[in-house]
Amino acid sequence: MKTMLLGNNAVARGLYEAGCRFVSSYPGTPSTEITEAVAEYDEIYAEWAPNEKVSAEAAIGASIGGARAFCAMKHVGLNVAADPLFTVSYTGVNGGLVIAVADDQGMHSSQNEQDSRHYAIAAKVPMLEPSDSAECLEFTKLAYDLSEEYDAPVMLRTCTRVAHSQSIVELSDRVEHELKPYSKNPAKYVMMPGNAKNRHPIVEERTQKLIKFAETSSINRVEMGDTSVGYVTAGICYQYLRECFPNASILKLGMVNPLPVELIKNFASKVDKLIVVEELDPVIETHIRANGIRVDGGKDIFGYCGELTQNRILKALGMKTPEHADFGETVPPRPPTLCPGCPHRGLFYTLSKMGVTVSGDIGCYTLGSLPPLSAVDTTVCMGASISGLHGFNTVRGIENAKKSVAVIGDSTFIHSGITGLIDIVYNKGISTVLILDNSITGMTGHQQNPTTGKTLKGQPAPAVSLEKLCEAVGVKRVRICDPYALDELKAMIAEELDTEEPSVIIARRPCILLPEVKILPSLYIDHDKCKSCRQCMTIGCPAISFADKKASIDSTLCVGCELCTQMCKFEAILKKEVK
Amino acid sequence: MRETKGIMIVGVGGQGTLLASRILGNVLIGQGYDVKMSEVHGMSQRGGSVVTYVKYGDKVYSPLVDLGEADYILAFERLEAARWISYLKDGGKLILNDRRISPMPVITGAMEYPSDVVEKISSKGVNIIASDALSMAIEAGSAKSVNVVMIGILSALADFDEDVWQKALEECVKPKFLELNKKAFALGREYALKNIK
Repeated sequence: MKTMLLGNNAVARGLYEAGCRFVSSYPGTPSTEITEAVAEYDEIYAEWAPNEKVSAEAAIGASIGGARAFCAMKHVGLNVAADPLFTVSYTGVNGGLVIAVADDQGMHSSQNEQDSRHYAIAAKVPMLEPSDSAECLEFTKLAYDLSEEYDAPVMLRTCTRVAHSQSIVELSDRVEHELKPYSKNPAKYVMMPGNAKNRHPIVEERTQKLIKFAETSSINRVEMGDTSVGYVTAGICYQYLRECFPNASILKLGMVNPLPVELIKNFASKVDKLIVVEELDPVIETHIRANGIRVDGGKDIFGYCGELTQNRILKALGMKTPEHADFGETVPPRPPTLCPGCPHRGLFYTLSKMGVTVSGDIGCYTLGSLPPLSAVDTTVCMGASISGLHGFNTVRGIENAKKSVAVIGDSTFIHSGITGLIDIVYNKGISTVLILDNSITGMTGHQQNPTTGKTLKGQPAPAVSLEKLCEAVGVKRVRICDPYALDELKAMIAEELDTEEPSVIIARRPCILLPEVKILPSLYIDHDKCKSCRQCMTIGCPAISFADKKASIDSTLCVGCELCTQMCKFEAILKKEVK
Repeated sequence: MRETKGIMIVGVGGQGTLLASRILGNVLIGQGYDVKMSEVHGMSQRGGSVVTYVKYGDKVYSPLVDLGEADYILAFERLEAARWISYLKDGGKLILNDRRISPMPVITGAMEYPSDVVEKISSKGVNIIASDALSMAIEAGSAKSVNVVMIGILSALADFDEDVWQKALEECVKPKFLELNKKAFALGREYALKNIK
């Protein structure tokens, strides 16, 4: 049966068909939907883990336990999971193990655009790279066969344009893979020096065998056409290239680590010029050059930054691109914003007003850095708000600590904020931490997490109590407030900043987009009362705009949170009378 | 060999552009086309500028529509039409929900919302079908059905029979909202048939 699937859903379908039994992931755009789609299959156990390291380790455990296992993460999540990755390369697998990583070239929803292929090379694990949904499904299944045949974890690398594009796939039935027997084998699974020294040569031999596979496998495909130029490419770039040049000669690499040598040499010998088309880093190009094969174009023409497109490829090659109209004047950008009614808005407004330094983190609340709130000073990675603030305050002293806070979401706090908080307590810091508890993992599109009381599959689960957790690590001052209550919030933050010991404020209110949150009728502005002071505009609510010297509220956007009402000194913002 | 065509659906995160693309995708597959659609999830969905690319033909490679390649652009907001108009092919059509949603740089006063967007785009020789799709959506029963009003307008311009669109609606819209959306579709389609020669 043929159907349209998102690349991520096609990976999930591949897991189903391959007989995968265990999935553990942490959400991260653009990888999230794989695990959400897997949750729909009763045959597969699937969970959200607290972070990517835990998810990878759980998948490794399931593999050693004899099941076909899987974990998915975004590129920066792989940094968190890198520790187990490098060693599971040595232990190998029992049941097949596939680790999916979704890169985000172009940084649609990420803090950097690192190239995950370097991890496959560094950890010496095979990596497959699909170019559309059909290949997402097919390569996922192939990855399991390779994993079990070569006793290796196999990485599956996607990118935003593959993960979040829909295309047609052919579905097949699930092939069950019963649990493989487990037998204790410390030489393989206990990686202490004596054992690991014996495993390393096995890894090197494995790579040599995989190179042989790469030389002949149909996953690395030569499509001969016009021989004046031959293109070597992989993943989504293949699709861009084929669209530009229907008759070109292309070597499409489905396996990006390890790379073949003879196959490339042979291809290069049949074409006049060899051009390597890849996004981000010159991984394929460097390999080709290192093997003494001439490359006539690569990073020198395509560059290192962002995504390619069909037009970018044509331009880089000095070719004509389609004519097009142009608006002809500057169009204001439309950056993402905190939603109308977002519980984070009042908090960032308050922090901005107080003029404190804000050590930020990864989530919707990173948007508190944008004007007009402009509240956030730093954002580096998951969890860095708390640990970063500890370092910042330690070098800048107690007076600085009294005017600085860390802000972190509930899911991010569990992911890797708690260790930073332990650092503060243990090392006698006095920093103030604000946990923005909106009862969900927000930015990635509403995933459950250990604090929400529900599992990935929607079953009730024990909920981690953030307040008890903070108390348990030694924070004596843990307070809770409603971020809609601005005066109370401000007073509480001021008190905790002034206190010379670690403190945590949990700003607790569910995300406005959660289905169980009641949306209230839109507010409106009485234009006779409005004095045009623009005070309501300072909270940066997308529902409020200013035209003809008066503020007005877009009734299709307003959710009646009344944050703006608290701004207005003239009582001009009113509730609609209920009929 | 049917050549590959491109449609873009552009708007503001939260306007329901994803459902519009699903309906469109369903129609195109039903017509036996190879189809690829590229969507944006994650951060941009939070009130930012969002774009969905729909490509169809006998064989589609790139899921992206590039500058000067779109046969149709469905713009759910005026400023977004201005932002993406350079993606329209020479001779392509812009279907516009003529409505203003100010982006944050305009709200804060840092930048001006461009004036006379429709006139400026028309002056470039672009064929525009502008409508107040929001009012039609409200008439149908919910402001949220703007996406289906826009699809209704497109249906009047595209080559496929109406029942193909109706079937796609039935398959993509939750039964609870089907009646409302059918009304929204009909209003959009009717508007287009009346206003396009």
